[in-house]
Amino acid sequence: MATFVSLAEAVEANVKDGDKVAMEGFTHLIPFAAGHEVIRQQRKHLTLVRMTPDLIYDQLIGMGAADKLMFSWVGNPGVGSLHRFRDAYEKGWPRPIEIEEHSHAAMANAYEAGAAGLPFATFRGYRGAELKRVNPNIKEIVCPFTAEKLAAVPAMKLDCAIVHAQRADRAGNVMFEGIVGVQKEAVLSAKRSIVTVEEIVDDFGERSPNAVILPGWTLSAVVKVPGGAHPSYAHGYYKRDNAFYKAWDAIARDRDSFRAWIDEHVLGKGPDAFAAHARKAA
Amino acid sequence: MNYSPTEMMTIAAARALSDNDVCFVGIGTPSAACNLARLTHAPRIVLIYESGTLETKPNVLPLSIGDGELSETALTTVSVPEMFRYWLQGGRITTGFLGGAQIDRFANLNTTVVGPYAKPNVRLPGGGGAPEIATSCGRIFIVMAQSKRSFVDKLDFVTSLGFGKGGDDRAKHGVNTQGPTKVFTDLCVLEPDPKSKELMVASLHPGVAREQVVDATGWPIKFAAKVGETPLPTAKELQVLRELYARTEAAHGEAA
Repeated sequence: MATFVSLAEAVEANVKDGDKVAMEGFTHLIPFAAGHEVIRQQRKHLTLVRMTPDLIYDQLIGMGAADKLMFSWVGNPGVGSLHRFRDAYEKGWPRPIEIEEHSHAAMANAYEAGAAGLPFATFRGYRGAELKRVNPNIKEIVCPFTAEKLAAVPAMKLDCAIVHAQRADRAGNVMFEGIVGVQKEAVLSAKRSIVTVEEIVDDFGERSPNAVILPGWTLSAVVKVPGGAHPSYAHGYYKRDNAFYKAWDAIARDRDSFRAWIDEHVLGKGPDAFAAHARKAA
Repeated sequence: MNYSPTEMMTIAAARALSDNDVCFVGIGTPSAACNLARLTHAPRIVLIYESGTLETKPNVLPLSIGDGELSETALTTVSVPEMFRYWLQGGRITTGFLGGAQIDRFANLNTTVVGPYAKPNVRLPGGGGAPEIATSCGRIFIVMAQSKRSFVDKLDFVTSLGFGKGGDDRAKHGVNTQGPTKVFTDLCVLEPDPKSKELMVASLHPGVAREQVVDATGWPIKFAAKVGETPLPTAKELQVLRELYARTEAAHGEAA
């Protein structure tokens, strides 16, 4: 059952050193504030999982929080490389990082299989692609009905999923709108979960009967952090800060300017700082 | 009217699309080409971005694959697993767009690493949706600038399948979609030879000499028996494309 707690308490209780953690979001609703709290609490040896690791993983990796990254596309979309990730992977700074690389289809299917409680996911994929040569977790199986050869990957099994959503109600149910990515699947394939939200409302009010809602009893902790997805965005609240994504390229290119940015904006601040970005669209 | 080689590349790709296409669109030039087609000759083209947006009609080009603009202007937005399972794997896409850091003569693509996989000289973003886009879409259009660094004799890594080793190799991988039927560059349009599947120059952009294409290709490039000339960009095409970029830059906070 979800409990309403502070962000520090949520991370303290649900993210442990060595955990396999996904902070998901397909460029939308990325839980930046929660990621910053993980940095402040100096978690180590994490396996970070995400289809599209972007700036928040660059920050975590640059601070030495992760031993391994599992991903399908690693970069700053439309801008370029993640310099902190590349520095860790290519030069071992501040510590070496291992990778497990997949395609988007494989990761999406793995999350779904995890949520479904299956041991593996199968799909028509990786045909003629070289990743299956270098990633031992990509196997081939034969359809027992048609004999078609299909790809198989292990189901996602997370210790903790961290996601951001627009709203929670007083019972701790959480509603997602817009590009919903794999957030639902990530939460349902995790032992523990943290959801940060823009606001807590008495009632979700008028909505489609098919609205994407995770019931409170599937979540570990719900935390109100207005603006907590910035510089990504929250549909209906604030837009993606594309200018910041571009600015990050210069900040992260250099080790010293990166550390200075982290000192000022992460270590020297708390989740309240995100409120400056919170804004509900009229 | 003056135009840049990149504008020619984008316009050539846009022209190859029609109202009958259901496109799986990537960020960058493919997104510009698809929206240019939608805003000119193919208003009913269906654009799908892998973030889950079906039938989206963005007013500005997204910087990322999941900008809010895509969901706000879409008919509906589905989850990412649904996108890859029902829509891509389910065979609903006629045309997928891909690009890469490297391409070889059989239109296989590398977006993974430069150098050896385990110890790369440059770690690139990786395949994302490409391995399955390359095999699940009815056909593939590739858009990328042409140079010896990108058009290489041998890929450092095969991220996504084109025609493999050529001939019927694609089918040997269990893939029965058409694969890359056109490659649009800033110099020319390439198409695979019907039998060998090796890319050949089908048309040169206006003012481009054969030697330029030869010099920008890392293998001995072949020319079709009859090489055409890509029609010049029209004033309308350039105007719509430039307005699209101007709106995009304003929206992304880039002061001109």
